Amino acid sequence: MCLFQSVMNYFPEEVLEHVFDFLTSHRDRNAVSLVCKSWYSVEKFSRKKVFIGNCYAVNPERLIARFPRLRSLILKGKPHFADFNLVPHDWGGHVYPWIEAMAKSRINLEELRLKRMVVSDESLKLLAKSFPNFKSLVLVSCEGFTTNGLAAIASNCKFLRELDLQENEVDDRKGHWLSCFPESCTSLVSLNFACLKGEVNAAALERLVARCRNLRSLRLNHALPLEVLQKILVQAPQLNDLGTGSFTHDPNSETFIKLKNAVKNCHSIRSLSGFLDVNGRCLPAVYPICANLTALNLSYAPGIFSNELTKLIRHCKKIERLWILDTIGDKGLGVVANTCKELQELRVFPSDLYGVGNAAVTEEGLVAISAGCPKLNSILYFCQQMTNAALITVAKNCPNFIRFRLCTLNPIVPDAATNQPLDEGFGAIVQSCKGLTRLSVSGQLTDQVFLYIGMYAEQLEMLSIAFAGDSDKGMLYVLNGCKKLKKLEIRDSPFGNMALLSDMGKYETMRSLWMSSCQVTLGACKTLAEKMPRLNVEIISENEGGAGEVEARLDDRDRVEKMYLYRTLVGPRTDAPDFVRTL
Amino acid sequence: METSVATELRLGLPGRDRSEAKIISVSNKRSSSEMDDSCDPQQESVVPAQKAQVVGWPPVRSYRKNILQKKAESSSDGSAMFVKVSMDGAPYLRKIDLKFYTNYLDLLKALQSMFKCTIGVYSEREGYDGSEFAPTYEDKDGDWMLVGDVPWEMFVTSCKRMRIMKGSEARGLGCL
Repeated sequence: MCLFQSVMNYFPEEVLEHVFDFLTSHRDRNAVSLVCKSWYSVEKFSRKKVFIGNCYAVNPERLIARFPRLRSLILKGKPHFADFNLVPHDWGGHVYPWIEAMAKSRINLEELRLKRMVVSDESLKLLAKSFPNFKSLVLVSCEGFTTNGLAAIASNCKFLRELDLQENEVDDRKGHWLSCFPESCTSLVSLNFACLKGEVNAAALERLVARCRNLRSLRLNHALPLEVLQKILVQAPQLNDLGTGSFTHDPNSETFIKLKNAVKNCHSIRSLSGFLDVNGRCLPAVYPICANLTALNLSYAPGIFSNELTKLIRHCKKIERLWILDTIGDKGLGVVANTCKELQELRVFPSDLYGVGNAAVTEEGLVAISAGCPKLNSILYFCQQMTNAALITVAKNCPNFIRFRLCTLNPIVPDAATNQPLDEGFGAIVQSCKGLTRLSVSGQLTDQVFLYIGMYAEQLEMLSIAFAGDSDKGMLYVLNGCKKLKKLEIRDSPFGNMALLSDMGKYETMRSLWMSSCQVTLGACKTLAEKMPRLNVEIISENEGGAGEVEARLDDRDRVEKMYLYRTLVGPRTDAPDFVRTL
Repeated sequence: METSVATELRLGLPGRDRSEAKIISVSNKRSSSEMDDSCDPQQESVVPAQKAQVVGWPPVRSYRKNILQKKAESSSDGSAMFVKVSMDGAPYLRKIDLKFYTNYLDLLKALQSMFKCTIGVYSEREGYDGSEFAPTYEDKDGDWMLVGDVPWEMFVTSCKRMRIMKGSEARGLGCL
């Protein structure tokens, strides 16, 4: 030990720091800081990027004390099921306290990436004014802000490189936020406002694009017509990533012909998305750039027919990431399988949530893809039906899955051919895919599938369960078997107190556990909270008037509708609303 | 005790007890559909609820749901739907894309602006009675119908062309 210490002391801190610079993974840096005090110290002061998977696991003060020189922060707020309306509005996940604390401590913040957080205009304004070197803002599935907040960012962040808004709920005040980028702003590299509903000043956008010569990624919103797209492409043929706005026009018009020519000149586009409101007959305009595309997202375009989709896809031989709607059909997936030999990630979203039509894909499409695309490692597949035989074939064809998410439109549909549960199929997947880190199961499932998951899914970090299992045994198999489990979310499944309380220490090795419409009682949750002080066990009632009253009348023997527990270093949160009770 | 029930061996379809939990979590609009408690394991799969009536299923983000909802409301096929619109006394016809609009109000506003006329307010009993002009359309059967009677989606799919009639002529259509 002494010899080691003295050898290490030969290296001045700058050298250590330089060596640590090569460590980019958070896990590696965390490991390094455990070696000895001097490494801890050097790492602490040289850490620039911090990832916090649950904003309530720590607090801003501790973050700043631990990493005083941080420049880049990733924060995640609400539990995943909040995306599907299972978490009441106003549950929490506010970013303001973080921005306020960092501003007070003069953190030199340059990058902020937020997911499922509540971002107020006030926080955006504070952000814009407090960090002179701020460069990059990425908001995913957030809410709480309006275009006024965006205007503050545009006006004040002199060196802004990236403004990326993905699937947020933004209150569009139809202001001129885009016009707030000053004429002196030439630093933009990436601008994505596809999720905004309101109009933007097209002329201001064209001028902005013209002066930002480093612009590589641009995603327009629905309100911008084809004419504007055409003008922009003429100004910015260097784009790598393009999100069209609306893509509908008379294919015989001069504008459209000009667009086709502009597209031909965009030799660098590798990623294409948008097509919000599209006329299928306009799609051929993008054929010239399809050959080099590695990413294609057509999942916001329910108006494109299957044959138009497949005609387009036949041009896309180098696609690695494809997001589409189930309007493509099984046959269309067959075309993908024959054409896209480089495919790594496929997402097939449902197009028909309201029962208007019949478009859907089945197990056939999935099998075709698994047979034709040897590099496939990540899938999200919404389908009408599934069979064990198909899943077993898929498992054989694709042992390299890292992420496997299957979602049957009817949550408890059995094997379409045999009427059996889908246990064997998912069992084959976990047995074959030894590197699987994320899994979502659906369809009719018994405890058996969880036995398989516990036995084989050794690398599993995130598991989503809905309407599955028969008894506590199911949940126990998972808790006992999956050593690397970080996030477990369960809804509408018959798991109860016995499973919840069997291994309480397990939850400190995980980020969080969500259970809704299960069989756990208030008493059991209280027991858990008492025994495990470093967990926050939240009971969430519906956010209706008088919810506090209703919940107060809950007896220990009553079932809890929604429970969310997570490990934390800072005790119960202080911003919990009435309908959230931390035990 | 819930736990002993949960681990009890039974011959029923898996998930028999889940029906209770499911109903609690489902929105009020859903009619109660207790799971079939027949002991026959070969039973046809039970459907717990119609699509989109189980809260949060299928699991898609609201952003995506909103996009699909707009599309579902406005059209059953994707391409534009241009129909000819004539107005009594106008020298030439116009064409509008019905898919561009999502409701009657927007359509009528657009027509009034395009033809510089006033169409007035629709009522089920009086049609556009009292207005200078009344909008009519030819449906798939070749009949001339008053705009506004049927739900919007039905109108969009059945409308072949439109004619803005002089109010005096339209009175015959309006009073039934």
